[in-house]
Amino acid sequence: MKLLSLRSVLEKPMVIEEISLSEMQVELGEPLVQMRGIVKIFPGVVANDNVDFDLYAGEVHALLGENGAGKTTLMNILFGLYSPDEGEIYVAGKKVEIRSPRDAIRYGIGMVHQHFKLIPTLTVAENIALSLANAPAINPSKHLVEEIERYSKRYGLEVDPSAYVWQLSVGERQRVEILKALMGGARALILDEPTTVLTPDERDELFKTLRRMADEGCGIVLITHKLEEALSVCDRITVMRNGRVVATVRPNEVVAADLAKMMVGRDVLLNYEKPPSEIGEVVLRVEGLRVLGDRGLVSVDGVSFDIRSGEVFGIAGVAGNGQSELVEAIVGLRKVESGRVEILGRDVTNQPTSRVLGLGVAYIPEHRIERGIAPDLSVVENLILKSYRNPPFSGRLAMNTDYVREWGKRLVEEYEVVTPSIDAPVKLLSGGNIQRVIIAREFSQEPKLIIASHPTYGLDVAATEYVRKKLLEQRRRGAAILLVSEDLEELLALSDRIAVMYRGRFVGVLEADEITLDRIRVMMAGEEEAS
Amino acid sequence: MEKKEAPPKWMEVLVPLVSVASALLIAGFFLALQGIPPLELYSKMLAGSFASYHGISYTIVKTIPLLLCGAGLVLAFKANIWNIGAEGQLLMGAVAATWVALYAMPSAPSYLVIPAMFAFGFIAGALWGLVPGYLKSKLAVNEIITTLMMNYIAIKLVEYLIYGPWRGEEEWGFPITDKFPEAAWLPRIPGTSVHIPTLILALLSAALVYLLLYKTKVGYEARVYGSNPEAARYAGISSEKVILLVMAISGGLAGLAGVGEVAGIHRRLRYPWSISCGYGFAAIIVAFLARLNPLAAIISAIFLGGLFVGGDAVQMAFGLPVGVVNMFNGLMLLCLVSGEFALKYRVRVK
Ligand SMILES: Nc1ncnc2c1ncn2[C@@H]1O[C@H](COP(=O)(O)OP(=O)(O)O)[C@@H](O)[C@H]1O
Ligand SMILES: [Mg+2]
Repeated sequence: MKLLSLRSVLEKPMVIEEISLSEMQVELGEPLVQMRGIVKIFPGVVANDNVDFDLYAGEVHALLGENGAGKTTLMNILFGLYSPDEGEIYVAGKKVEIRSPRDAIRYGIGMVHQHFKLIPTLTVAENIALSLANAPAINPSKHLVEEIERYSKRYGLEVDPSAYVWQLSVGERQRVEILKALMGGARALILDEPTTVLTPDERDELFKTLRRMADEGCGIVLITHKLEEALSVCDRITVMRNGRVVATVRPNEVVAADLAKMMVGRDVLLNYEKPPSEIGEVVLRVEGLRVLGDRGLVSVDGVSFDIRSGEVFGIAGVAGNGQSELVEAIVGLRKVESGRVEILGRDVTNQPTSRVLGLGVAYIPEHRIERGIAPDLSVVENLILKSYRNPPFSGRLAMNTDYVREWGKRLVEEYEVVTPSIDAPVKLLSGGNIQRVIIAREFSQEPKLIIASHPTYGLDVAATEYVRKKLLEQRRRGAAILLVSEDLEELLALSDRIAVMYRGRFVGVLEADEITLDRIRVMMAGEEEAS
Repeated sequence: MEKKEAPPKWMEVLVPLVSVASALLIAGFFLALQGIPPLELYSKMLAGSFASYHGISYTIVKTIPLLLCGAGLVLAFKANIWNIGAEGQLLMGAVAATWVALYAMPSAPSYLVIPAMFAFGFIAGALWGLVPGYLKSKLAVNEIITTLMMNYIAIKLVEYLIYGPWRGEEEWGFPITDKFPEAAWLPRIPGTSVHIPTLILALLSAALVYLLLYKTKVGYEARVYGSNPEAARYAGISSEKVILLVMAISGGLAGLAGVGEVAGIHRRLRYPWSISCGYGFAAIIVAFLARLNPLAAIISAIFLGGLFVGGDAVQMAFGLPVGVVNMFNGLMLLCLVSGEFALKYRVRVK
């Protein structure tokens, strides 16, 4: 028995040593990895259905698809987390079997997951040392620190090796993950939806890094569901839908609408029709608002604006410039230090949230799972969260179950919520469908004012289209809409006016005819317009 | 470790069953180590609790307080309020009933004194629950600690009363109160100790908690609060109202159980451990074994009642220490918690 185990230990690395991308000569444009006929079946779903996928040295390759298309599953197979039910994998042209991430790393394949796997109480260097087979984890040697710095510089992955991980921003943590993979010898690097956690600036930085890595001979797989990302930085784009590959294309062969159609399987609106609407009375008036952030520092510093009915007022800005605090103060979730909030002429400064929302205000919160739903309760019970108190939903004591169910069914149909039944716990729904439930609940009440914080953040193309269409529908109906978003395309597509927020103040407010992407970009960096 | 997709319905029934089975298996292993044949012991337990008229009636006697406390705990746990204080709330119900029977209305007829005992018992249990409820809702004091501490205060209070001011005059100095006047004795099923009014109240309490949770506005609010306090706040649900109401009802039901024990069984107040023998703690298992379904709590309460009785039956026969039933309860809770965990998470070893 001893002999046997010794043999297997001796043999395994020998086989693998033969093919390690980090050691091998793979010319630019030659395939690093090839996947052929991959099939992966989960109970009830075919997550990958006969998928072929190639990654060449020197390319950034987008793996594009809606949520649930099977992207993560395919790459988890390549990284050895799942074993495929059928299909073959070739590394540098040689057939291999990848049984675990350890195998994958030995072959020179690295992966940065959607959820990072770092230990917060250790330093950057310690975390990296942990992942390397032959480095002491505690008190990493000076050599390792120097090595980290060398890699940082080479790829533009700025990070302090002696900082503790808990001190780092999300963007910095991602850089540590990438460094970890690179220093582990990865030449084929997979990033699973890396941009969802990043600010626009951080995203641009990341793309520069990826480009540089590709130019040095790496192959990068960028998993994403965002069209612009696939089109802007990638050399090739593979589109997946329902577990199958729809096509692999080059960015210059297609336009966004083509890709959207491939992803969704039908034509998708990318340019929204926004007919001029009837502008009415002032619905929300904010005057000289001052609000403190969580750390007690001023985060909204004297902001004033009006929104009228039939108007979408967008707020642009890099995250953390006071947008969240502004919204929270308006809906009564955060204390107003000075200034005034008026809704339909009524002073609601520092009123409890329930009173503010009771005035016909719809609120689509930034953290939709944490604030927007009661996850264990059913779809229908979440739909009535704002209306359960009043007839005909309930009497003095009892709920009017029959009416509630009827109404819930109608809403689920009208807002096209995909759910096994109205009694399914809402936490089982996908992000897009949870957002539909929230929107159904809020919009079915014909709100006078809608406050939408990042309403399409993290949603796939179809759900995003849906949410935007619904917002414009409400605008046409005469609602006043406050739209906070980091997605500039979204702001441009929906807003009648856009304010740019920087360090708690409005740098400026652009009227419809003044709005351009470049002007907003400049203002987001804090530079006032010389107009 | 990661969260799993929704478990199928049949799994939800399976988990309690498997937990019980695993507890039986593990306990059996230890028993076997002690040289006690587990199968024989289990069949004796089963026989003791469910095979005879006497056994069944005794099991029902134990089921009554377990169900009353258990139904209240289902309500509290659904609202994510960790009431670990049913034991103390039960004892306070017993104290209130004793006060009514011996001091407040010693010569009142049954039709007055019995309702009064239940009313005051409910109120006393409710008040005992409201103290931690108030601290939680106003000062955000963790209710696990306060409800647990309130148990010990109640125990000490009962001890003080029976050693001190309420010590019986006809009891030769034993630390017990006088016997209740006959008008305050709860009617029993003849030939058994099953006190009828409390049995009815216990079954009603399970049904009422069900209706409250799923058919009323406050029940809905309690479940929203239990699932996500942030969402509740945003919907304008008052957390204070939910916490106070839930603690009052949950404590009140435990109080009723205390009334039943003193007026239905002992007919006097006595040592805390003789009144309750840990019903308030075992009720936590009743609630979880029922997976927080108030109607299923009827079944799990009967099961735990049987376990108490079966445990008593075999202790003598096999010369086991008193702790055996507690050990088994503990094992069952552990298995339940791990089963629940296995249902929700998948652990991957890499
Ligand atoms: N571990 C798993 N168990 C069961 N089903 C899974 C698992 N992982 C993914 N799936 C299912 O496989 C499909 C593809 O999922 P995934 O690869 O995560 O998609 P994507 O990354 O493109 O959003 C989905 O329907 C998903 O529910
Ligand atoms: Mg994914």
